[in-house]
Amino acid sequence: MERRKFLKQSLVVSAMVSAGGALLPSLARAANVPGWPAKEFDAKVLDQAMQDSIGKTSVPVSPAVHLTAPTIAENGAAVPVTVDVDHPMTADNYIDAVFLYVDHNPTPLASAFFFSPENGRAYFQERIKMAKTDMVRAVARTNKGELMSSKPQEVKVTIGGCGG
Amino acid sequence: MADLGNPMIRMPAHAKKGEVVEVRSLIMNPMTTGLQKNKQGKLIPAHFIQTVTVTFAGKPLCHLDWSTAISANPYLAFKMRAERSGTLAMTWKDNQGGSWTAEAKITVA
Repeated sequence: MERRKFLKQSLVVSAMVSAGGALLPSLARAANVPGWPAKEFDAKVLDQAMQDSIGKTSVPVSPAVHLTAPTIAENGAAVPVTVDVDHPMTADNYIDAVFLYVDHNPTPLASAFFFSPENGRAYFQERIKMAKTDMVRAVARTNKGELMSSKPQEVKVTIGGCGG
Repeated sequence: MADLGNPMIRMPAHAKKGEVVEVRSLIMNPMTTGLQKNKQGKLIPAHFIQTVTVTFAGKPLCHLDWSTAISANPYLAFKMRAERSGTLAMTWKDNQGGSWTAEAKITVA
């Protein structure tokens, strides 16, 4: 008797929950995509963002990691950034990730790009938001775990892009 | 309601074997940070693409995790070594259950 009552109650509860969902179809439920590294993007300072994403807060600079960004950003809401790593991309020796940071952004880790040797080149171009004049840096990681950083590049921003 | 989705991929249709080609993509998404306020002074919830997954000929090629610091209507360019003919497929997923896919074909001789 007890069990039947419990099962009946759960059935009623789940029916109510699904009905609730159906009644409000336009209510967007914010939910992180499974596997998205929320902790790394939650870090509010550069050191924490680096520690969470690459396990280090300081990485040697290498001339192989080319970071191109404008010295003066016309629009802090869309700053074009290009990263190109001069490094083989063979099956046993390749760049497996590049992390892009903006030192004082509310979220210092801007993006993480995971490559395979089939990319042929660890290269990407994207547009980022910058809250204010700040340093942008790219850290590349090889499949063997070696880390190398671009020279940090200062981008002057007159109108900040984060809207905060 | 702002434009959402409509992803586009631009990739050469033909390449020589071993050539590294550039793939360019664009998708509409507000990429709101969750830090902005509307006219009533209330915070606009974050709405942004969090992951971009790329496959070629059904095999994983590369993957990105994005923050709210990526600009609205995100543009992305990357490269691929053309080894064989096939279809490149990209899937973008945002934090509000949105998911979009686009494909492009390449013939490698």
